[in-house]
Amino acid sequence: MIPELGQFSLVLATVLSVVLGVLPLWGTINRNTVWQSLARPTALLQFAMVLVSFICLSLAFLGNDFSVKYVAEHSNRLLPKLYQFSAVWGGHEGSLLLWVLMLTGWTAAVAVFSQSLPLNMVARVLGVLGLVSVGFMAFILLTSNPFDRLFPIPADGRDLNPLLQDPGLVIHPPMLYMGYVGMSVAFAFAIAALISGRLDAAWARWSRPWTVIAWAFLTFGIGLGSWWAYYELGWGGWWFWDPVENASLMPWLVATALIHSLMVTEKRGSFKAWTVLLAIAAFSLSLLGTFLVRSGVLTSVHAFATDPARGVFILCFLAVVVGASLVLFAWRAPAVTLGGSMGLISRESFLLLNSVLLVVATGAVLLGTLYPLVIDALNLGKLSVGPPYFNLVFAPLMVPLLFVLVPGTVAHWREARLNDMVYQLRWVGLGALLLAIVLPFMFGKWSAGTALGVFLGMWVALGSLQHVVERIRKPGRIGGSFWGMHLAHFGMAVLVLGITGVKSYEVERDVRMSLGDTVTIAPYTFRLVDMVDVNGPNYKATQAHVEVLKNDRVIEVLYPEKRRYFSSAMPMTEAAIDSGLLRDLYVSLGDPIAGDTPSWSMRVYYKPFVPWLWAGVLLMVFGGILAALDRRYRRRAVSPMQTAGEALSSAP
Amino acid sequence: MKWMLLCWMLLAPWAMAREAQPMAEDTQVEARLVVIADELRCMVCQNESLASSHAELAEDLRREVRKLIRDNKSDAEIKTYLVERYGDFVLYRPQVKPLTWPLWFGPFFMLLLAIWGLWRYLRLRKNALAMQHTMSTDTSHTAAHKD
Amino acid sequence: MNKKFLIPLALFAALVVFLAVGLTRDPREIPSPLVGKPAPEFSLPMLVGDKAFSPSDMKGKVWLFNVWATWCVACREEHPLLVEFSKQSRIPVVGLSYKEIQAQDQPNGPLKEADKLQLARERSLRFLQRQGDPYTLSVLDLDGSVGINYGVYGVPETYLIDRQGVIRYKRVGPLTPQILQDTLLPLIQTLEAS
Repeated sequence: MIPELGQFSLVLATVLSVVLGVLPLWGTINRNTVWQSLARPTALLQFAMVLVSFICLSLAFLGNDFSVKYVAEHSNRLLPKLYQFSAVWGGHEGSLLLWVLMLTGWTAAVAVFSQSLPLNMVARVLGVLGLVSVGFMAFILLTSNPFDRLFPIPADGRDLNPLLQDPGLVIHPPMLYMGYVGMSVAFAFAIAALISGRLDAAWARWSRPWTVIAWAFLTFGIGLGSWWAYYELGWGGWWFWDPVENASLMPWLVATALIHSLMVTEKRGSFKAWTVLLAIAAFSLSLLGTFLVRSGVLTSVHAFATDPARGVFILCFLAVVVGASLVLFAWRAPAVTLGGSMGLISRESFLLLNSVLLVVATGAVLLGTLYPLVIDALNLGKLSVGPPYFNLVFAPLMVPLLFVLVPGTVAHWREARLNDMVYQLRWVGLGALLLAIVLPFMFGKWSAGTALGVFLGMWVALGSLQHVVERIRKPGRIGGSFWGMHLAHFGMAVLVLGITGVKSYEVERDVRMSLGDTVTIAPYTFRLVDMVDVNGPNYKATQAHVEVLKNDRVIEVLYPEKRRYFSSAMPMTEAAIDSGLLRDLYVSLGDPIAGDTPSWSMRVYYKPFVPWLWAGVLLMVFGGILAALDRRYRRRAVSPMQTAGEALSSAP
Repeated sequence: MKWMLLCWMLLAPWAMAREAQPMAEDTQVEARLVVIADELRCMVCQNESLASSHAELAEDLRREVRKLIRDNKSDAEIKTYLVERYGDFVLYRPQVKPLTWPLWFGPFFMLLLAIWGLWRYLRLRKNALAMQHTMSTDTSHTAAHKD
Repeated sequence: MNKKFLIPLALFAALVVFLAVGLTRDPREIPSPLVGKPAPEFSLPMLVGDKAFSPSDMKGKVWLFNVWATWCVACREEHPLLVEFSKQSRIPVVGLSYKEIQAQDQPNGPLKEADKLQLARERSLRFLQRQGDPYTLSVLDLDGSVGINYGVYGVPETYLIDRQGVIRYKRVGPLTPQILQDTLLPLIQTLEAS
């Protein structure tokens, strides 16, 4: 009964999304305000229907309804309730339903928080979002229906992949999807602007907060994924340049470029065509990511088990959506006006450089990710492109980006003088240089790479600090935008310092330990004191008790485990981590070793500055949220006079 | 007397406790193995390196690589050994050859192209705006000031 | 001025074409670099008897080299086909029993070599008795080192080797009637004629 209701709701939602995609847009063409005004209520109703559908699927999981094939494949009676719920998005079909829930959720949010927008803009934006929804809902109903039944009904389900039975995996996909899907809002605004010909500063101002919030979610989602991989996979890695990870990084890079480009369009009316293109690109990369993960075209640890037929559907959808957008772009963009003048050295040109570097970085990641596919398609063989390539190619692009960040924030609009900026930043530069030379010695070996990383991190951090201090001294209100920007930049600096620190100074010991044995990574000593058997709700585990000593005092006890889930043959490692401000201590239990005294293989890691990775990400996320909540975005509707004036200034 | 015996019994395991031995038989060889295996692909996994994979074939291949390291083979020779048997697919760092020139040099050329494009754009823009300004009517003049 | 706005569309179109072609490919199917190269030498104990076998023993003949194991589920798929083939075809099929003794057979630490050999022989012979024996002879690669030389990564695998001892074809995964019909048999004919 409930699954039927779920499917029915979804069908209703699809019908509503067709209505939303067609009528309001048609209403803007024939100036029918009644049709245009249908947009908001349809958007809200659409969301309600998808929510019902999602709730139905959740109830099917929580109620152990194994007559639903998707539930039987991803759940189990012994599975803890929390994971029975998160299993809803543990597989392909359910994760698509989550995607659609978020898409209609964002659409509804735009419907509610767009009171200051003219009706025809609202109609266009919601209309575009509706069209995108049609595609995804059709995909679900036609090829990936989570409500399909199973007969005969099994007594128990297969179980959720043990790797996914973890709190990190509960929030990582939803946050990531919020980011991916959020890019569709910027996309819809861009398409609406292209259709209406109304590509101006006002459009940029409307678009920006939505884009920044989506960016914040995406940052959070990627960070969560990284953090989860770090503590769950058992050997302390946090980024592998896996195709699916790249699929999330690429929209993030372009979205970062987009946010900065929107700034220029909003302030000076410039870069309109480029900003629109970035908005289209960000969403296109989101869609491309969906394709790569679900089509089976690339090998990845993250890939859902799917078939090429689904891949064909997504590819067609991708081709139609992006193709149509780019045709619209080629048609409308040439008519766009230039906006204000800018010198070769100005804030605008710095921001343009930011765009360029980020886009080239995205291009490099895209090239590396798709190269094996291209070579194979040309029948030239099979090759692999992995971390050695990406690390070598990506890092050098980030260096100029981080360097340019600081002068970019102090440069004047329109015209900036290089000498003035050098003078203004002299202490920042000297400070960063000094710290880059001195700090590495304090933590271990000095190397040019480490020094460069420290320099760039400190350069950005000190630059932000100086700017904030100077600004506080001046009178006047400081908006959320300002705080948000500096918090996010500071977060970036912390991230860079974290990466530099952990890559330069991490230590790993792979040892065999019996009870009482110790292993030392100065100044810490790890001692194995006990090994017990533990019973979990759906697993049995061997648990080690490891004391951590510093200066002969026990500061912590860690409990790494090796679990055997009833449903899976593969044993799972649960690493134990002691996090501090400056370092993580990481212990991973391996297999027992045959011998006279019982002993086990253990991996012990000293990971300095890893907590800075997560701190940096969180700072960036908060920075984004602060910036998006700036008061000026929540201003009331603009007066008709202002609107007329803006319309005049953007006339071709 | 009795408590002394008790103390001894309690302390004995700890008295025998020692610094744990490394899993690897030869840490020098192991260190080299990790560096090399990090850049090699596990042939039976869904995108994992030879260094980190727990698969049986990965264990076997690590054993082979250790043997080659002990025979004093260079990194390049070891990689060639594996490529002869498994093809280019086993290398995570693609070899630089005509087939992969677009891959290795692509980003650099993209950067050059982008910077050149940026330069040209700023230049052209300046000229276009200058032209627009001299041809301007009152409207566009007002617009520029509005910014 | 107008044309450059079409560049993004053109690039995207190229991307879509590559992705579409990519959908028709299997990213897990890796071509072997050993095709066209001489079959690597080895000397391994046979399943039956005390003699050792080496590929040079087959010089002058066209032969099939099939990698299998009793624990391999996919091997059972192709086994009947192999048996059928061995009955109908003149060319000999040599089996390579790959890593017959696994970790689960040695819960208390590694077995002695002689014990491993014996257990492997017993298990394999029992399997062949029950399922049919397509092999002229079978050799045992217990530690997988010969497999590595042949680039084995997924059992079952099959090699076609010509009169000069050069590998002419490799199949990763079970043989299917399709492959037999369309690729293997014609190739065998060509090689036999030379």
